[in-house]
Amino acid sequence: MGYWEFLVEYLPKLANGAVMTVMVMVCATLLAVAVSMVFGLMRLSSHFAIQGAATVYIEFFRGTSLLVQLYWIYYVLPLMGLTLSPFVSGVLALGLNFGAYGAEIVRGGIQAVPRGQYEAALALNMSPFSRMRRIIIPQIYTIILPPAANLTVELLKATALVALITVVDLMFVAKQINATTWLSAQVFGTALIIYYAMARFALIPFLRWLELIAARKIGKA
Amino acid sequence: MDTTHPQVLPEGSPLVRFSGVTKCYGPLTVLDKLDLDIAQNEMVSIIGPSGSGKTTVLRVLMTLEKINDGVIYVDGEPLTHMPKAGGLTFATEKYLHERRSKIGMVFQQFNLFPHMTALQNCVEAPMQVLGLSREDAEERALNLLELVGMGDKKDQHPTRLSGGQQQRVAIARALAMRPKVMLLDEVTSALDPEVIGEVLNVIRSLNSEHNLTMIMVTHQMGFAREISDRVCFFYEGKIAEQGSPEQLFGDPQNERTKQFLHAVLDAN
Repeated sequence: MGYWEFLVEYLPKLANGAVMTVMVMVCATLLAVAVSMVFGLMRLSSHFAIQGAATVYIEFFRGTSLLVQLYWIYYVLPLMGLTLSPFVSGVLALGLNFGAYGAEIVRGGIQAVPRGQYEAALALNMSPFSRMRRIIIPQIYTIILPPAANLTVELLKATALVALITVVDLMFVAKQINATTWLSAQVFGTALIIYYAMARFALIPFLRWLELIAARKIGKA
Repeated sequence: MDTTHPQVLPEGSPLVRFSGVTKCYGPLTVLDKLDLDIAQNEMVSIIGPSGSGKTTVLRVLMTLEKINDGVIYVDGEPLTHMPKAGGLTFATEKYLHERRSKIGMVFQQFNLFPHMTALQNCVEAPMQVLGLSREDAEERALNLLELVGMGDKKDQHPTRLSGGQQQRVAIARALAMRPKVMLLDEVTSALDPEVIGEVLNVIRSLNSEHNLTMIMVTHQMGFAREISDRVCFFYEGKIAEQGSPEQLFGDPQNERTKQFLHAVLDAN
């Protein structure tokens, strides 16, 4: 079977898998962003318990294997009475794990806003909440977007792990085709190209665009 | 609990009073039992060598830093402390929030909010903190931007403005809160020489036409001499000498003052 015939036969199936990969990726990214913001802010709390909780969370999810976390959520939680679908388990594991990394990026971003901004807001008697929401947070995007973009590309590639808990994503479909045809080079080669194309021609341009918008907002573009 | 300082100052007391204020950074004492009164409508300049504590005076009054000892009063009531059971205890954030708007500050590095236009910079706090409507806040802000000669730049972001223009917007932003006392912290030190004049002119008009109470930390000796009602020379966290500009610049008594003025004036 030539590569052309292979594509005609199997590309539609792989494309279906890729759609699922995108769905996992988008949902997990949204969750990761929310987790990053919440735990990044908690890390900077002056309240001992709040800061401590965030530190424990980040240390746990950053310090243990994503694959093991995935298996825990999918295989172990049901033993404790919480059964989640493969899709939800996958999104949860990826979002919680990458959110832990993202929280550190958010924390770094907030701390990188010049101290004078915080002092100017305080001198105008703005409340701690207003200072954060109106002055500091709007300025962190140019700082956090480059490292956050890195992490997002990393997340896209990490979605392949959800195939191991039976989410029918690009990797799962590729493995299925491989198991029936043994055309390993064609199928995994094509999967590689699809992952690369998604990152290179969709995700990265989108993230660049976000960076540009963020730069414009503070008059830097 | 502090019981040596009164819970309120008597009627007719100065607008700002530092009473035995001490500020330390670790083992370093930056303000050493400082006593300083600022009267209503007074223009006081603070000069002195770097590390003498002059900027710290403004920072503790603005509540950017906590003091270690003593009490600062504003408007007759304690600012750094609050009354409690016959004495004074350190102020809570809530207590400070109710009083901090009496004080406005302009910084050496301007610290305009880069994601907002000149107008938005001036409108933000009056709306968020004072609860003004957008119309009222914008009207107030526009008047002030006109006052500092920045009316035509109201929709520009700070990155599009020169240092002098940014500093004038920063002055308007502080004034928009209608503070009772304005603190100017080396407001021309970060500026190119050719734009210092425009900022000094704004301060001049605030002093002469609007009679604002101001405390100014400055290295501009000529300007301090010209517009101050009183000049304080700081040395090692204390006021080594103070007096009218004529006295202090014309006939300094303290040896440190003489040395400092010699060094500064020789450099020019």
